[in-house]
Amino acid sequence: MNEQDKKPLVIAVPRELDDLERRVAVTPRTAVRLRQLGFSVHVQRGAGTRAEFDDTQYAEAGATLVDGLEELYAGADAVLKVGEPAMVPALGRHEVDLMREGTTLIGFVWPAQNKDLLARLAARKVTTFAMDAVPRISRAQKMDALSAMANLAGYRAVVAAAEAYPRLLSGQVTAAGTVAPAKVLVIGAGVAGLAAIGAARGLGAIVRAFDTRPAVKEQVESMGAEFLTLDFKEDGAGAGGYAKEMSQEFLNAELALFAKQAMEVDIIITTALIPGRPAPKLITAGMVESMREGSVIVDLAAQQGGNCALTVPGDKVVHRTVRILGYTDLTSRMAIQASWLYSSTMVNLLEEVAKGGSLQPNLEDEVQRGALVTHAGEVTWPPPRKPTAQDANVTRDKPLPPKQPDHGKKAEKPASPLWAVAALVVALVVGLAAPPSFLGHFTVFVLSCFVGYQVVWNVSPSLHTPLMSVTNAISGIIILGGMLQLTNEFNATTVLGAVAVGLAMINIAGGFLVTRRMLAMFQR
Amino acid sequence: MSNNLVTVIYLFSGALFILSLGGLSQQETARRGNLFGLVGMGLALGAAVLSGQVTGLAALGVAAVPAVAIGGVLAARVEMTSMPQLVAVLHSFVGAAAVFVGLASYLHPHAGLSGAERLVHDVEIYVGVGVGAVTFTGSIVAFLKLQGTLSGAPLLLPGRHALNLALLAVTVWLGARFVGAGSVDEGQQWLVAATAVTGGLGVHLVMAIGGADMPVVVSMLNSYSGWAAAAAGFMLGNDLLIITGALVGSSGAILSHIMCKGMNRSLANVILGGFGTPAKGAAAAVTGTHQELAVAEATTTLRGAQSVVIVPGYGMAVAHAQHTLSEIVKLLRERGATVRFAIHPVAGRLPGHMNVLLAEAKVPYDIVKEMDEINEDLERTDVVLVIGANDIVNPSAIDDPHSAIAGMPVLEVWKAKKVIVMKRSMGSGYAGVDNPLFVKPNAWMLFGDAKKVADQVLTGLRS
Repeated sequence: MNEQDKKPLVIAVPRELDDLERRVAVTPRTAVRLRQLGFSVHVQRGAGTRAEFDDTQYAEAGATLVDGLEELYAGADAVLKVGEPAMVPALGRHEVDLMREGTTLIGFVWPAQNKDLLARLAARKVTTFAMDAVPRISRAQKMDALSAMANLAGYRAVVAAAEAYPRLLSGQVTAAGTVAPAKVLVIGAGVAGLAAIGAARGLGAIVRAFDTRPAVKEQVESMGAEFLTLDFKEDGAGAGGYAKEMSQEFLNAELALFAKQAMEVDIIITTALIPGRPAPKLITAGMVESMREGSVIVDLAAQQGGNCALTVPGDKVVHRTVRILGYTDLTSRMAIQASWLYSSTMVNLLEEVAKGGSLQPNLEDEVQRGALVTHAGEVTWPPPRKPTAQDANVTRDKPLPPKQPDHGKKAEKPASPLWAVAALVVALVVGLAAPPSFLGHFTVFVLSCFVGYQVVWNVSPSLHTPLMSVTNAISGIIILGGMLQLTNEFNATTVLGAVAVGLAMINIAGGFLVTRRMLAMFQR
Repeated sequence: MSNNLVTVIYLFSGALFILSLGGLSQQETARRGNLFGLVGMGLALGAAVLSGQVTGLAALGVAAVPAVAIGGVLAARVEMTSMPQLVAVLHSFVGAAAVFVGLASYLHPHAGLSGAERLVHDVEIYVGVGVGAVTFTGSIVAFLKLQGTLSGAPLLLPGRHALNLALLAVTVWLGARFVGAGSVDEGQQWLVAATAVTGGLGVHLVMAIGGADMPVVVSMLNSYSGWAAAAAGFMLGNDLLIITGALVGSSGAILSHIMCKGMNRSLANVILGGFGTPAKGAAAAVTGTHQELAVAEATTTLRGAQSVVIVPGYGMAVAHAQHTLSEIVKLLRERGATVRFAIHPVAGRLPGHMNVLLAEAKVPYDIVKEMDEINEDLERTDVVLVIGANDIVNPSAIDDPHSAIAGMPVLEVWKAKKVIVMKRSMGSGYAGVDNPLFVKPNAWMLFGDAKKVADQVLTGLRS
């Protein structure tokens, strides 16, 4: 749109307002990338200090350093942030009010929890992309800030737990005695949960994991943890690969499982989140009290209220020797890499948005539309809903209709007694008339028929074609018949035998090779 | 090598062949099964060569070495869609070999047979040659039909049942003359005549069978090739041949049985009848109009679906659409949808044909389900994609007792929330039965060549 407008679009990077937030939205490395994309990058002085990036590094990366927040926002076309916009105590004004009308804001917004903020952004005509609302589809993986952060948080949760835990995580056999390894329970096997499993396994603990979505069982097991299951059928997979809320019966069964596990394990790491809702309460005070002295709970859902009843968001509490860590800044504790990964996801989104030469969002694009929460004076969240799994799951919870009579399988008719009589008659005739040499072969023949019958019924229907080709190959054994006719003289018998040998040999070679080729294609 | 040793090795080979078929019970052991078969074959051939009974080693080399090359090239070159043809042509080789072994064995008689033993031996030769000839010509015709050289439509001569009976009677009569022949020369003439007659019988039998019944025919010929080998075993007094022949014979018989059950028809009905003959009353006419949808809508539907079941039929094989389909499945699964394939027992032109084609296209075999495994899940499925299949998803098989396919087990796709049918036109399937599925309110037609349409859907999903 602004093809003629040669002035590059300005991207502003403020210092984060929250004292606990050590991350910064743009690192010097991403500043370089933004400049290559044609943006001009303005960074507030000291923005990167808590993430160990000093102002000179930004200057070297070609960014312009700006002193005040008002000045920074006044010249900005787009603002890149980590935390959601808030009141600026020093100025007594809200960040949103400092932005120009029509500014594009990209950052974590949590639209479900921040309705007032959305209204404020819409009123200011800010175009807002919420990084936490990027849809979870394959194409958007490089923009999935939540997964990138969750991965780090899961790792750090284990580190925090290990620090607070007054025992060893790995088992050790020493001359002085044997130490059992710690048992870790990970609740919720999303990105954070899987990262936690990996880290805990790496420290030598025994890890178990639970998730409402049975489909993640394989992933859990591939990380080396045991997957706990309930005796209860309900699939917790909701739209977009996240979990959904479960029925009350399911929750009861789940709580019973956790109560049992709490008495066995030393460390619990909870990561259960349902998008746009407070975190489900999964660990009760009673379960905490049933844990061994010195046990640790790390509640990664603390920001959304916590999975444990006793969690204090942002803090560590000790309840009867059990340490409950509700840290909400776990990713910030690795601010250098967390900043870089987060800024990369933002720049990936920005790159898609800016494809048209402006910062005008493409409303047809599933990813941009999903992340867009305010635009042109309107709140555009939630995005129009597509028919998805949740619709399908409504019916899934209903009891199934009574099973219909199976049309395919009619009751097998019992073999008619006539057949048995006929078989007996044939046997008697053969016995009376046939010479002894025939009887020996006849025995082999009949028994082989029965063996074949038994064996072939067990063949999987999906392998019926390979079955045919392998029987093709072995029936080439008729080559023996041809070989016996061969002589060193050139006569009719030899020629006939040789032709038979040739044909049978084609069968043998062709049959075995083509079977091999086919079987090699079958992959799980 | 002593005779006893050879016999024991033959026995060992026979056991390996049984293990070989046993290995095919599941994918994990199937490759080992094939290896067992190969080892068994190697041992048997080695023992035969070293036994001292085979004198013409030069002739053996001349015949066998090029044959290995031919077989290898055939196996390496054949396209998976052409597997039915390859299987048919290999059956014909076994049949022909049985004929030649029988003829040669007769010309090169075992000395000292008389009375009942002589009679039994002659009967064995005669049966071996006869079954071999039927297998040979029948398989050739099946091959030509599958290849498309001959029309797939059944050739229904007037009085064809009488013709079959007559040919059979002539065969029996020739057999009587052959057994009673005074000299080898005379017997030889009867035997050659019988070969010609049974060969004609094979041609006529298979000519009368239509394209979609080919899975039955091919498995039946598979069975025949086994019986031919077993008969050769009897005439030569070789137990390994008998064991192998019996294994192959039962295998083919079971496959034919399974295929027939898949169509709710008896073997006799397939071989002698054809569809449409036993009309028990007027089938209900299909009323209503079908709804069409465009590729873009189909793409959107698939994109929004959380569970998808794909029902492939012969049309997929003809259009070579399996690779595109596999890509579509991959994309949908990456998006988190549950995608499975539903395979009807008689889909395709060979038992298990669809499975091989999907395996070729790298579809993981654990999402490829048999009809019985998946039928109950269809009502909880968002979208069923029917590609190149018709009769196997026809509701009249269940609803309409007068339909020609009444009672045939079918995939109950109409119970799904939405059905997309990829088809070239509104034409009816092989059975010539109208399909009320197409006018159901939840069914949408997507017309066009399966491959081209699938390609467009794939492009749509990618963008």
